[in-house]
Amino acid sequence: MSSLTFEGVSLDYGASAPVLDAINLGVRSDEFVAVIGRSGSGKTSLLNLAAGFLTPGKGRVAVDGKPVTKPDADRAVVFQDDALYPWLDARDNIAFPLRLHGVPVAERHQTADRLLLHVGLPGAGDKKIWELSGGMRQRVGIARALASEPKFLLMDEPLGALDALTRERMQSFLLGVWAESGAGVMLVTHSIEEALFLATRIIVLSPNPGRITADIPVSFGRAALDDRSAHSIKKDPAFQALHDRLTDLIHDTRTEHAA
Amino acid sequence: MTLPMETPAPAGAIAKADNSGAKTGLATPTTLISVGTVAVLITGWWMLSFYQVVSPVFLPSPLTVAASLGNLATTGFVDSTLAQHTLASLLRIFAALLASVAIGIPVGLAIASSHVGKGIFDPVVEFLRPLPPLAYLPLIIIWVGIGETSKVVVISLAMLPAIILSTVAGVKSVSRDRINAARSFGATPIQVLRHVTLPSALPSILTGIRIALGAGWSTLVAAELVAATRGLGFMIQAAAQFLVTDVVIGGILAIAVIAFLLETVARLIERRFVPWGSRL
Ligand SMILES: Nc1ncnc2c1ncn2[C@@H]1O[C@H](COP(=O)(O)OP(=O)(O)OP(=O)(O)O)[C@@H](O)[C@H]1O
Ligand SMILES: [Mg+2]
Repeated sequence: MSSLTFEGVSLDYGASAPVLDAINLGVRSDEFVAVIGRSGSGKTSLLNLAAGFLTPGKGRVAVDGKPVTKPDADRAVVFQDDALYPWLDARDNIAFPLRLHGVPVAERHQTADRLLLHVGLPGAGDKKIWELSGGMRQRVGIARALASEPKFLLMDEPLGALDALTRERMQSFLLGVWAESGAGVMLVTHSIEEALFLATRIIVLSPNPGRITADIPVSFGRAALDDRSAHSIKKDPAFQALHDRLTDLIHDTRTEHAA
Repeated sequence: MTLPMETPAPAGAIAKADNSGAKTGLATPTTLISVGTVAVLITGWWMLSFYQVVSPVFLPSPLTVAASLGNLATTGFVDSTLAQHTLASLLRIFAALLASVAIGIPVGLAIASSHVGKGIFDPVVEFLRPLPPLAYLPLIIIWVGIGETSKVVVISLAMLPAIILSTVAGVKSVSRDRINAARSFGATPIQVLRHVTLPSALPSILTGIRIALGAGWSTLVAAELVAATRGLGFMIQAAAQFLVTDVVIGGILAIAVIAFLLETVARLIERRFVPWGSRL
């Protein structure tokens, strides 16, 4: 079991007011943590700290107790705009992290084909990136992130650019990826429903400065993994009740305190 | 496959977007009109010479020019055939292209990725860019002599700004996410440069090379007018001195055709190596 920890982390972008303040958070690699909060509350900043794209002004970010100083293969990032490489076909995009680590071509293609199967795109290996739909691209992006066998998958609005229908299908897909990959997930999303459906734990960030105002365990996604339909889960009164509570929390974060 | 596919943009739409409807080779209305224009121009030219409106010394008929092009190809003019003149010119162009790519891309990378690089090279580029190459040709001849080197140097200098600036633009427009993705898979800075930055900048660099070829070609011809013993520019200059107007016009046509072919080849290379172009 691995862990990703924020210990008293503060961040400012050089301006006087900090963007994140005194963040304490531990994420285990069997967790699916969803981060929600108003626009500008610092969700992306938090994720970028975890990825190592940013370094904290105060405190530290660590994986298994070792401080994070730069991005590395144990924390793979999935972006909203897939960030795939159009000069590579789907297979070589997925094999890209392996190529960086000197894995021979036959071996990395084998891994890529296995991952393509895993993300539901068997036979799409030779496709050019621009021949894929948005949903397919995001699947390739996730397969690519899985290729380096990360301890944590960091995702910033990975489904944000998809239409509603594709998005729902991709939510179930993400659940499957998380359950099978053994990687911990940190997911930033604007959708409370998505957070409730996917996460084992929801973190609410409040803005100015960004602080964690709620940390709520949830378990609706487990039910989906046990073959309950997404629709019946989302209609569940308990689901609705939490949805309302989180909505209130986000819109009135100044008065509420950590749950 | 159950997920809906995104249909690729039709080739026509892309061609129109970058203003080159003719490159698809289809008989679009624009191409037809262009063919008509050329036909009218040649007919007009032919009538001017046929009715002796202009003396043949100044304007030989299209047929005379065609015949002289045939002559140029077989027996040649001023000691070399048309092919030899053309080859001499092309060799200079490609030597210069090689040199300016070898210098321009690293310099562009340096400008785009470091303040020091920008500080060093920016003034040089800004100094060079607005200068007409023929203005510094005499200086180059004083420095390196009148041989091949001076011409290749001048053409390289004429090509450099386009290649440097397009490299800078290409590198600056690389998406942060693409770079960060590679870093999060453990890429070293060198790997990011090699596997992400350069391929991302390639479309822009190739456009720069195409522009550079254009600039280089016109500089080349002009440079050969001044100082050469072989080459299309030299051939025209020599012919003009003897008032062999048909060879002058034939040479001009040859220059135009080669410029057009260079452009076409450059476009083919672009489509072959960056088929995603502006799509992603
Ligand atoms: N590179 C930067 N330089 C300066 N300020 C920044 C930078 N990036 C973010 N900020 C500021 O930090 C705050 C948090 O930004 P962040 O992008 O983390 O928010 P977010 O929760 O991801 O918002 P959204 O939901 O809109 O994506 C904002 O006030 C933003 O203006
Ligand atoms: Mg954000």
